[in-house]
Amino acid sequence: MVVQHADPAHEHGDHHATQSWVKKYLLSTDHKIICFQYMFTGMTLAIVAGFFSYVFRMQMAFPGMNVPGWGLVTPSDYNMLVTNHGAIMIFWVAMPVLIAAFGNYLIPLMIGADDMVFPKINRLSYQIFLLSVVVLFASFFVDGGGFGGAWTMYPPLMAKAEYNLTGAGSSVFLLAVALEFVAFLLGGINFVTTAMNARAPGMKLYDIPIVVWMIVIASILFMASVGPLIAGAVMMLFDQQLGTAFFDPNRGGDPILWQHLFWFFGHPEVYVVLLPAIGIVAEIITVFSRKKLFAYKTVLNTAIGTGILSFTVWAHHQFVAGIDPRMANIFTVTTLIISIPIAEMMFVYVATLYGGSITLSTPMLWALGFIGTFLIGGVTGIFLGASGADIYLHDTYFVLAHFHYTFFPIAIIGTYAGLTFWFPKMFGKEMNETLGKIHFWGTFISFNCIFIPLFFTGMLGDHRRIFDYTNFPELTTPMLENLRAFATLSLIVMLGFQLVFVYNFVTSLLWGKKAEINPWRANTLEWTTASPPPHGNWPVLPTVYRGPYEYSVPGRKDDFWPQDAKG
Amino acid sequence: MIENWVPALSSYAKDIDFVFDVIFWIVIAFWFLLVEAVFLYLIVRFKKRDGVPAQYITGEIKSEKNWVHYPHLAVLACDVVILFLAIRVWYDVKQHVPPIDETVRIVAQQWAWSFVHAGADGRLDTTDDIKTVDDLHLQVGKTYAFKLESRDVLHSFSVPVFRLKQDAIPGRVVTGWVKPIATGEHDIQCAEICGIGHALMPARVLIETPEAHAAWIASKGVSGAGE
Repeated sequence: MVVQHADPAHEHGDHHATQSWVKKYLLSTDHKIICFQYMFTGMTLAIVAGFFSYVFRMQMAFPGMNVPGWGLVTPSDYNMLVTNHGAIMIFWVAMPVLIAAFGNYLIPLMIGADDMVFPKINRLSYQIFLLSVVVLFASFFVDGGGFGGAWTMYPPLMAKAEYNLTGAGSSVFLLAVALEFVAFLLGGINFVTTAMNARAPGMKLYDIPIVVWMIVIASILFMASVGPLIAGAVMMLFDQQLGTAFFDPNRGGDPILWQHLFWFFGHPEVYVVLLPAIGIVAEIITVFSRKKLFAYKTVLNTAIGTGILSFTVWAHHQFVAGIDPRMANIFTVTTLIISIPIAEMMFVYVATLYGGSITLSTPMLWALGFIGTFLIGGVTGIFLGASGADIYLHDTYFVLAHFHYTFFPIAIIGTYAGLTFWFPKMFGKEMNETLGKIHFWGTFISFNCIFIPLFFTGMLGDHRRIFDYTNFPELTTPMLENLRAFATLSLIVMLGFQLVFVYNFVTSLLWGKKAEINPWRANTLEWTTASPPPHGNWPVLPTVYRGPYEYSVPGRKDDFWPQDAKG
Repeated sequence: MIENWVPALSSYAKDIDFVFDVIFWIVIAFWFLLVEAVFLYLIVRFKKRDGVPAQYITGEIKSEKNWVHYPHLAVLACDVVILFLAIRVWYDVKQHVPPIDETVRIVAQQWAWSFVHAGADGRLDTTDDIKTVDDLHLQVGKTYAFKLESRDVLHSFSVPVFRLKQDAIPGRVVTGWVKPIATGEHDIQCAEICGIGHALMPARVLIETPEAHAAWIASKGVSGAGE
């Protein structure tokens, strides 16, 4: 232990002496630094998207008010804000943080490798991602302002400047999305190759921690689904800038084609971000219940099954879009079938708790919070997947509340779970537990207070993306107005609680207690190196003797059994 | 459940509400509450206690696998019930077309709805057609076919009280049907983002008694057919 501590410090010092700050932190090929780049960029973008949601929710609750920090919300402001809130949260927060940041950090450290297989491609991936962020921000400031046709970019609205009134903004936005895809294709190649080829000696396929598997499966899903959308994006860009007519019905094009291309990608994309989050949760609940993961192979199989099925459900986004109504029947069947592997996964996680010795630490609260709330997202999906009920619920706030109950657990709860869990390893410091719990409860309760009311406004007929309901007599009842205002106030409370996290994060980083090598007494390999791990991760790469979840094995003194421990 | 807040005014509105209710009872009232209850119980029951180690359960033995296997089969059974019901209602609303009494043309554009009513002769595309903007006049009890068109971008014709929603696509005529079963005046919304005026496409549907409807047609006939 002492030797391990001394070694990284020495190497750390070495690098510091020879590398400039720019080289070390901006042009690094070290997977851990690239994780931080993705993570901090993603979190910065989350602040932007969170601010957007504050502005448009204020408009929802108090139509026509001067929103502090923004001013009057015009219809084009509103459309631009909701569009970019959605796009940023999916493409520039959930993906970089969950896949790129956690993938970069965890894959080499959990499989016992010194770095990614292609470190320079890894660096290039982040640089292109950063470029996409710059291009996205540029789209807000071009002539006409940012694109406001929803993150789904349906033509003809997206395709023609005369319809969307943001000709430049929509093309620049499309470019930003395309660049982001390039970044994640490069990242995905790295994740899959590294996990398959660079594992420590002795680590068999079923010894790989679930979170690594999940990131690998997610990367494969992404790479397999994004092709059609990239083709579609190029066609769209041509329609916008070169006057082609792929999606223009007046000249032989088909606007519905875009919806197929988009959702063929868009639905697997849900699972692209879900799987890493669900993997993070698996790591945390096993550690804090001191239990072996219930039915490891079942979890793995359901993840693969979900991934494959996710390619067959896309048209449930299009039930009332004007597709042949007979087609809806097929997609209703596939959509409801996908509830089976997901339900199985939830059952497995609940079963893992049975017979455990559960400690409700901050990461564990987040992980359990994920299960508790993701369930709501899952069950409400059944209403929408059932074509008969979707006729009414389609494009209402019920849909919005449903997918926030999936994406919020994924992108926010999952991220906080992972971050509080691996913080000691990443930064070598411990976070404050009391502040962590205050942050958890504050966020968790106010999150539910935002979106439960929105299920009801949706059931009562509030349609999405309408910036002002005052034109609709039936949507201006006191009940609806109160529900909307309550959701908005809850949002403000929730955003306020994030300051607790920022405070905790910064103070822990600066003055936190020094973390041990393995503070949670976990089994996986990242807990066998120094906190934080040095460049190259281990002085001598570890050898693996067993699976990752051997907790509380009968007959052993310790209730954990590290993967690299010989006996 | 929905009819408590939003009246069910088309012949199929109650069926759609029924699908919603059945799903609610199966997945929320049963599954969701059950799983959350078990989940919370396990958290409390197996909270760390001194001297009580965790059990070593792999979940790989058949008897253990059955813990999730049986619930899993139950989920499958519930899915089949929901599927059967959802597809049946979908078929009745969107695939099967009952005998039609009259046809109405609905044209969406940035940012208004216009409606072409058949007029006194009950047939579209004749000289006595009545064209209105933002007011759809229907007679209670009549079965209407609609022809939905768009002049520019995608819109979506949504009448919550009818539980009816259908996207309008430029370059196509999308058809469907509705049979209003009670009189009243209600909102029509656009449910697909269509540009900066998306919120400015409110329209009203006026469901009238046969007498009132005839009177309305007559009043239009006097002031001149077609506009």
